[in-house]
Amino acid sequence: MSDTPVEEMTFEQAMAELEQVVGQLERGDVALDDSIKLYERGAALKKRCEKKLKEAEEKVAAITTDGDGNATGTKPVEGM
Amino acid sequence: MSDLIDDAAPGMNAPEFSVTEISGAIKRMIEGEFSHVRIKGEVGRVSRPRSGHIYLDLKDDRAVISGVIWKGVSARLATQPEEGMEVVATGRLTTFPGQSKYQIVIEDIKPAGVGALMAMLEKRKKMLEAEGLFAPEHKRPIPYLPEIIGVVTSPSGAVIRDILHRLRDRFPRKVLIWPVAVQGERCAPEVAAAIRGFNALTPGGALPRPDLLIVARGGGSIEDLWGFNEEVVARAAAESDIPLISAVGHETDTTLIDYVSDRRAPTPTAAAEMAVPVRLELLAWLDGQGGRLVQSLAGGISQRGQRLRDLSRALPRAEALVEGPRQRLDTWGDRLPVALERGVQRRRVALSEVSSGLQISGLRRSLRNEKMRVEQMGARLSPALLRGVGWKAERVAAVKLSPRMIERDITDKKQRVADMFRRLSEAGARQILELEKRLEATDRLRETLSYKATLARGYAVVRGDAGVVTTKAEAASATGLEIEFADGRMKIGAGRKNAPSKPKPPEQGSLF
Repeated sequence: MSDTPVEEMTFEQAMAELEQVVGQLERGDVALDDSIKLYERGAALKKRCEKKLKEAEEKVAAITTDGDGNATGTKPVEGM
Repeated sequence: MSDLIDDAAPGMNAPEFSVTEISGAIKRMIEGEFSHVRIKGEVGRVSRPRSGHIYLDLKDDRAVISGVIWKGVSARLATQPEEGMEVVATGRLTTFPGQSKYQIVIEDIKPAGVGALMAMLEKRKKMLEAEGLFAPEHKRPIPYLPEIIGVVTSPSGAVIRDILHRLRDRFPRKVLIWPVAVQGERCAPEVAAAIRGFNALTPGGALPRPDLLIVARGGGSIEDLWGFNEEVVARAAAESDIPLISAVGHETDTTLIDYVSDRRAPTPTAAAEMAVPVRLELLAWLDGQGGRLVQSLAGGISQRGQRLRDLSRALPRAEALVEGPRQRLDTWGDRLPVALERGVQRRRVALSEVSSGLQISGLRRSLRNEKMRVEQMGARLSPALLRGVGWKAERVAAVKLSPRMIERDITDKKQRVADMFRRLSEAGARQILELEKRLEATDRLRETLSYKATLARGYAVVRGDAGVVTTKAEAASATGLEIEFADGRMKIGAGRKNAPSKPKPPEQGSLF
């Protein structure tokens, strides 16, 4: 298990660890107590992944710049 | 006014110019006529003095024209002139009357034609490659699922539409567009500024920093895409901390930015595909993982339950385990009191058997028996002793000692001594006789060997102070001489006081 709390994991990290947890559980070579802990960890990882997948929000904005080409803000982009 | 008076020769009515006047006239004419020209040629010798101006030659196979690019202009140039480059220079002609020279003041200079462009690009590529900008270790991995995607492209046109469309299909994300010119002179500086601008944003700030950049442009001619071949763009892309996907032109067009970007997409749509995974696939995968998770836990538990049941069936009943030992215990427990009684009884019988023989009358009887045996033995002791003494006395008496035997022995030994003595005297006498004979023979031999026999034949022995003299020198130095003849000795000269000792003839040593 990585040290990163599940809540701070990227989708990729959570995904990789979830695969590992499922693999471990399926091999069935973990003690019963550990397998329940693993299951709980797996459930948390799955929740994290689901959350990241739900954040599928589309928002398109264009940068506005000043005379020197520095970014000053954004304006929404419509109609694409 | 004298000109008017002079009688001008025919044909000599052309006006006379001073050098300055004619130079000025030429200058005015040239500058008026060639105030804006484009000259195509090869760049010859280029010099760049400290002043910042650039002096160069433009040439073709037959002519050369000098050129100058003032400092202010040279800083603005998109392409710096290099020797051997085919260029089109735009500017005005001017003269330099002090040296009777003319030159072109260049206001813009561009590579001439595709060949020149490609040659320049190749050179640039080699330089950047040598700097290690294309090295694989420079490439950063593209994030699996970026939160915010920064797109550097034209805000209008098909490219951004394609990208957004494909993103929406796969995984809708937040997109920040940094509008830039994608062709023309403004293209390269704007694209470079946009890449740097995105990198300058702070993550999570009011303007959130993207975690992936896409630099995109649709297809076009090599001149259209040229901005993405500029060094400033390539360097900005190489320096970007944010992973960058380049998607410039069609699949067959490769621009300089493609070599330094972290990934190169053949088209803008492909860039969007590289940027995000497909959400629906991930949802399906996640469902699958969830299912496997539940199943494997449930499976693990039920498997363990099954195993527990199996094992418990195989476990024997507790009663069965103790039955045998219990029975044995009962058996032996029953036998225990009986065995004790029997053991005591057996010992009691043995004791009574032993103790029955242990009576005082028995002891007395055996004492009496022993006493009788002692008395019998005592009675036999005295006669046995006497008998032994008598027997020894008899043996002593049997030995006889007679003096006659000793006497005979003495006579015998006396006889042997006398015998020995006689043989000894005889042997002595015989040896003396023999020795006398040998002495006589030896003496005779001595007589024949003595020098005295020589004296008889006429020889003489001369003696000096220290014995026999054999040389004349010795004789001369001697105080006196003695001559021995066969019949005696005679002295000559002063003899020594002490009588000369008669030389001893060699003698046979005494036999005794």
